[in-house]
Amino acid sequence: MLNARTAADPHAWLRRQARWSPWEVVFWLATIIPFYFFPTYLTLASQVAVTALFAISVDLVLGYAGIITLGHAMFFGLGAYFAGLLTKTGWGEPLSGLVLAGLFAALIGFLVSFIIVRVQHLALLMITLGLGLLTAELANSLGWLTGGTDGLQGVDVWPIFSRFEFDLWGYTAYAYALIVLFIGVVASQRIVHSSFGLSLRGVRENLTRMPAIGSPYRRHLQIAYTISAGLAGIAGAVLTQTTETVSLDSLSFQRSADVVVMLILGGTGRLYGAILGAAIFMIARDQLSGMNPQYWYFWIGVLLMVVVLVVPNGILGGLSRLVRGRGT
Amino acid sequence: MIGNLAIVLFDGLAFGMLLFVLSVGLSVTLGLMNFVNLAHGAFAMLGGYATVVATRELGLPFLWSLPVAFIVAALVSVAFERTLFRRLYRAGELNQVLFTIGLVFVAAASAAYVFGTAQQPIELPEFLRGVTEFAGFRFGSYRIFLIVVALVITGLLVLGLEYTRFGAQVRAAVDNQRAAQGLGIDVDSVFAMTFALGSGLAGLGGALAIEMVGLDPSFGFHYLVYMMIVVSVGGLGSIAGSFVAASLLGVADVAGKYFVPELGAFMIYLVMVVILFMRPQGLIGKR
Repeated sequence: MLNARTAADPHAWLRRQARWSPWEVVFWLATIIPFYFFPTYLTLASQVAVTALFAISVDLVLGYAGIITLGHAMFFGLGAYFAGLLTKTGWGEPLSGLVLAGLFAALIGFLVSFIIVRVQHLALLMITLGLGLLTAELANSLGWLTGGTDGLQGVDVWPIFSRFEFDLWGYTAYAYALIVLFIGVVASQRIVHSSFGLSLRGVRENLTRMPAIGSPYRRHLQIAYTISAGLAGIAGAVLTQTTETVSLDSLSFQRSADVVVMLILGGTGRLYGAILGAAIFMIARDQLSGMNPQYWYFWIGVLLMVVVLVVPNGILGGLSRLVRGRGT
Repeated sequence: MIGNLAIVLFDGLAFGMLLFVLSVGLSVTLGLMNFVNLAHGAFAMLGGYATVVATRELGLPFLWSLPVAFIVAALVSVAFERTLFRRLYRAGELNQVLFTIGLVFVAAASAAYVFGTAQQPIELPEFLRGVTEFAGFRFGSYRIFLIVVALVITGLLVLGLEYTRFGAQVRAAVDNQRAAQGLGIDVDSVFAMTFALGSGLAGLGGALAIEMVGLDPSFGFHYLVYMMIVVSVGGLGSIAGSFVAASLLGVADVAGKYFVPELGAFMIYLVMVVILFMRPQGLIGKR
């Protein structure tokens, strides 16, 4: 991808990469459609937005930095519980709650990152999985704090700017989730299209060469992991604030696994792949929810196997190869 | 107190032996090809259901249904290996994980479709039921049987690996695949054989597990976590490592549930994370 011409002026190349394409503008305009045409689906739409933000946070570590994680729901759930517990202390202001929840998840992510950067392969897989399961078990056994299997009850979120109440139909919820998602995407784009983002991809592509060219790859991975944890925490906090409840499900392995499935569906290492995967997954699940969940997983399983065998770069990856193949 | 301790140790050891039979195949195949096969649990489940069908529909006695479980799981797994898995040996870990987890999803859904979501009961022969008195303690007969079977399997594996030509080829391929290939060892077919053996053992484990932990469509998922803990803690490609790790895990699990039930599985995960952080290659692993 990097040829001689682009190498001559890396800053221009980075700027070109970061430029908004018409597709993106169309995409963001399309996100407004549910307000007018599918108002009954606004609750689902806000959940898609939350999940998409979570998927993007995973894409940062998995797609860009190449850290395979099977336990990222840990940060999502920590953010969700933090936001919920904060309102129970009497402070229900959503925006500050969002920021604090993100910071809390990022702090835990920073601590965990010291472990994460020291292991690879199977051990990494198992440690992320183990930490995720561990957090879920902890939340389950701390019933006095988290409400255990009943979930956290009595979350009371104040209106945004003391004006926009979270209504029953989900207008505020979707608008809020959408704006947070948009900010998250813009921030993530800044990150992945910076020299820092490039060095992350360098680690993903060749772990031994990065230290050889003097790149402090462990520090880079730690920063990426911390940012990703914070973003996942924010996604969890949005879910808490829009639904006014937190359940153990937010920490479950199922959520960690589902988000990786979404990423693979949409295509890793491209932020819009995360959004596309989340949207397809959530909408399909909603439409098929009448079905026994066991059978729903049958089709998810088949889809996964087909994607891995046929389009290993996900739907967006396959599409962009088609487009590029036609161009040349 | 001493009595409780002895019973916990014994039950834990029996559970650990079950985990060992379930996961030793995964350990060896992972060591051989670095193929992260999360579908191993699905093959174990297949063995369990094969035993259920063999005893209930075909009227085979329980002991005879065990080899059936082994053979069915081995045959089905090698069919998958030859047609699908082998395409993924060069793919990244993530793709392997996703593909095989997709297979687990499909297996769980199919099992629910064919057998329903209820636990499957099984008819045991008379001598495996009840308890056996020994030195004043009362041990479950089935657990004694389980420990004996696992020890026999361990013995056979160790002997087979140390003293047969095939075992030498497996060891060579685990140690250095390319050098083994260069010496004229057909690593590909060695791997297929090992894969069939390992999955067959998983199927046997699944059959043995029914009486102890039950069998339902979530089996493949639920015990996958335990298997992966055994493999990663024990170290890839190490039978001794798997044995030690499975015993530790079994005893820790039973003791944790017995003495501090409110913590649930928390301790297990904590111990695993700590061990893997200190020794990413596992307790006895080389890589």
